[in-house]
This record gives sequence, structure tokens and C-alpha cells, in this order.
Amino acid sequence: MISVTSLTKRYGAHTAVNDVSFECAPGTVTGFLGPNGAGKSTTMRMITGLTPPTSGTSAVAGRPYRQLPNPAREVGVLLDASAQHPGRTGREVLALSARTQGVARERVDELLSTVGLAGPAAGRRVRGYSLGMRQRLGIAHAFLGDPRVLILDEPANGLDPEGIFWMRSLLREFADRGGTVLLSSHLLREVEAVADRLVVIGGGRIVANGTKAELLAGGGVRVRALDPATLRVALERAGLAVTGGADGALIVQAEAEQVGQVAASISAVLIELRPVDTGGLEELFLTLTAGEAKETAR
Amino acid sequence: MTATLTTTPAAATTPRTFTRPGILRLTGIELRKMADTRAGFWLMVATALISVAIVVIQLFAADPPDQTFKNLFQSTLFPVAVLLPVLGILSVTSEWTQRTALTTFAITPQRQRIAAAKALAAVVLGIVALLPSLGVAAIGNAVAGGMDSAAGDWSFSALLLAYAVLFNVVNVLVGLAFGMLFMNSAVAIVLYFVVPTVWTILTQLISAMRTPSEWFDLSMTSTPLFENAALSGGEWARLAASISFWVVLPGVLGLVRLLKREVS
Repeated sequence: MISVTSLTKRYGAHTAVNDVSFECAPGTVTGFLGPNGAGKSTTMRMITGLTPPTSGTSAVAGRPYRQLPNPAREVGVLLDASAQHPGRTGREVLALSARTQGVARERVDELLSTVGLAGPAAGRRVRGYSLGMRQRLGIAHAFLGDPRVLILDEPANGLDPEGIFWMRSLLREFADRGGTVLLSSHLLREVEAVADRLVVIGGGRIVANGTKAELLAGGGVRVRALDPATLRVALERAGLAVTGGADGALIVQAEAEQVGQVAASISAVLIELRPVDTGGLEELFLTLTAGEAKETAR
Repeated sequence: MTATLTTTPAAATTPRTFTRPGILRLTGIELRKMADTRAGFWLMVATALISVAIVVIQLFAADPPDQTFKNLFQSTLFPVAVLLPVLGILSVTSEWTQRTALTTFAITPQRQRIAAAKALAAVVLGIVALLPSLGVAAIGNAVAGGMDSAAGDWSFSALLLAYAVLFNVVNVLVGLAFGMLFMNSAVAIVLYFVVPTVWTILTQLISAMRTPSEWFDLSMTSTPLFENAALSGGEWARLAASISFWVVLPGVLGLVRLLKREVS
């Protein structure tokens, strides 16, 4: 459980995070989306007590993060996989943390093999790790204390497609067992595939917050008919908003059933009728953040 | 690679309580962090090797009556005094320079506890670092006694040992305080070596600074720690003044910075 209430962070005249509020419930994966510099990392650092907020509060597992007696046992945090001492071995990084948290030594090797860093890789210094390996080490570290909440900043960065698929199922399984996941990304596809809820941030403000289904439903349906002009007139007469799409298709802001009823009433022959999915989240993401970007540019 | 990470179900309802790690455990971890990187490890090895070299040189260069356990032991303290503070500096600055603070303070958000653990670790390091010095000096002295009957005097006192501990610990703490204050390995190390030297040069050039330097030049005020006599009240006062100036002042300012700084 993560709850964020009106978090705001100002650096001089610049407001990096502006009145951000959202909640992440157990059993869900929340995708925290936004372009670079939107305030995702700053928000996550405020939640984990690393950056003091200008105003607002946040709580993890019912308490402000800094008041958790042994936070790593309750919250797995991965904020930056490259922030590791290059002179330390992968195993040593986990062993140090396991000792601090009071976690059994065996868990270190268990996790190293889970993330595919067992064997010689574990004994190599982090200096020689690729970004993907550092990311895997970071994920192992987040899971080390067997937490119920995960806060991960761009965990898919540097992972290969197979690694991304693996991480996706890892997070899905974790949430299905009742865990809470907050996962940031600018890789929209990645979030779309795994998240139940989306929080979209642009220019430091939340521009969309809801379930994935809710937010994506706004895309409308795409319909193609043998006689698109007649169908368009009929749809508009029915009071639906219609815009022309590519190759004679129409984009209608309505449910598929409504469009089907209109088509049936004029006996139009449909050759395609489905929810808009081209770009999906990507379209939503671009629409939502474009306005903010213009506002900041002004 | 499997996707199964834990056998315990992460049911959200069962309340779980966790105890925070004790300060001794944190201290142990901070000590381990000083030695588990390549830089830390070789710094310790180098310190030990230089101590050995200094003892060997004395076996050939010093007059036999001067080849005593006390002298050999005290001469090994100088390389230790130069290099050990660097470990103290790196203990703090590497958290920022290598950005491990992101992990350290996420696991232990009470930063003052990390600062306390690092200070305790520095004290332990200062004490433990005397062991190789004692060992090397003992071996050297035995060899010296075997080579020349005028050499190899074993007289030593608990007082000298206590003073050596104090000397070592103060030096490591100066490093730690510099590290906390400057938060950057390169800057802290350079200033650690340059500032006291500049201070000494200035006091030699400017006569008005001579009196304050009797109080604030740590290399001067710590000299009585090497003499085989208890420190006088005045000497204690001067030593305390220098420690306040080189350890307490940068340490307090550094602690404020450490507690306030945003970790990113």
C-alpha cells in the first residue's frame, strides 16, 4: 500500500512536482508514466524519504517511509541501477544489504540465481556489469527483504526483450500474491503490458489517473463500412462524435454496441468494428503530455 | 531463471513487525564497506607494507641504541596517520561519489544512525590499525636485538599505547569529518592534505599566527603524545582545542549537510 497526498517539490522558481496525489492498492501494479523530466523520479525519491518534499505527505505500509524501522523488509526499492560502487562484487552488494536488513545469507544466493547472476557473474565487480546486469542486481536487491511493496524506477532500462518479459511476469506474480507495485517508465509498451492502473505525470502534474481500462476506453472505436459517407451521416445524426481516420475508417467516440446499432438501423455493411488500439496508451500518453509540454514552453 | 522469488505469500492482511538494525550491526557493516572495495583493500595493504618498510629502513639506518620497540612502533604510526584518514574520507564520500547513498539511506533512512555507525567504525579502525604496527615493531625489535646487543630495548608503557590509540583515532576522525563536510572524494582528499600544510606554512610566514597555531595545529599539539610522559593540563587543553577545530567543527557542519542533502 502506497499513498501519496499532495506531494510538491520546488527547486527555486522551478516546480518539479506539483500537488501529486495517488494511491497504489495491494494486488495491483501501478504504472507511473511520463516523459523524461516529468517528475517521476523526484516523486519516487520523496516517497522513499531521500528527497524532502516542499509540501505534502506520503506513506508506505501505513507510515511515512522514514519512520519504518526496517524499510527494506517492507518496501523493495530500485531507484537507479547504476548507483552501485563499481569496486564491489554483485554478491557483496546483496550480502551487505542482507546483513543490514537481518535477512538470511542463503537468500543472497537464492536471489542471485533467480535474476540470472549466479556463478562467476556474482563474484565479478559491478564495474564489469552491463546495464542489464546492474538492473538485474537491483531487482534482486529490491526483492531481498521479501517485501510486500515494490517501488521501481525504470526497471526495464537496459534489459533485453527476454529480460523485460521475465520482469513483467515477476511483477505480475508479485501483485497476484497481494503485493503492491509502483513502476515508473517512459517505455509505454512495457507499462501497458503489466499495469492495472496508470498514473500519468507531465510537467510535474498528474494528467491522468485511473485503471488501464478506463483510461484506454477514451480512445473510442474504429469502424469501416462499404459506404463510409452514409454511415458517417447516420452516426452524426445519432449524436456521436465522428472523426475520419486513415483508409476510409471512422473513429467514433462511443461504445462498439452503439455504433453497431446505428449501422444496423441503416443496414450498412460493416467490414471492421473494434476499439481503437493503434498506439493505445501511446496515443493517450502523447495527448495527455503534449498540452503540458506546450504550457511549460510558453 | 524462474519467476518465483519467494515461497511466503505476500498476503496484505497479516501484520508483520520488523526491528531496526542495531548500531553495532551498522558499525560492522560500515567497517566491512571500508575493506570490500578494491580501493579500500589496497589502501589497507599499502599502509601495512609501508609500516614494514619503515621498520626495515630503521634497522639499517638508525643507531642501535635508538632501535627500540617504542621507537620502531611510533615510527610506524606516521604512514598510518597519513593513509588511514583516507579510508575515513572514502567511507563517507564514496556514498556520494559512487551514489551508493541512494541504497544506504533507502535501507536506513535515519541518516544520523549511519553517521554514528561510520564514526564508530572509524574509531574501531583507528584501534585495530595499531595491531599490525605492534606486530611489525615487535618483529623488527627482535631482529635488531639479535643483530646488535645495544639495540632491542623492549620498554613500553600502557600510557604510550593509549596515546597511540588516541592519535590514530583522532586522525581517522579528521578524515571522516572532512569527508562529511566536502562530500566528494577528490576534493576531501586534496583538502585533507593541503589545508594543514598551508596552515603550517602560514604560521611560519606570519608571526601573528604563531600563537593560534600552538592551539590549532594538530601536528604540533599531538607531538606530546609520543613522549614518554603524561600530558600536562596545558597540553591536554591545546590538544582538545585542535581536535575541536579539525574534528568537531567540520564534523558538526558535515553532519548537518549529511542530514539535509537530497539523495539522487
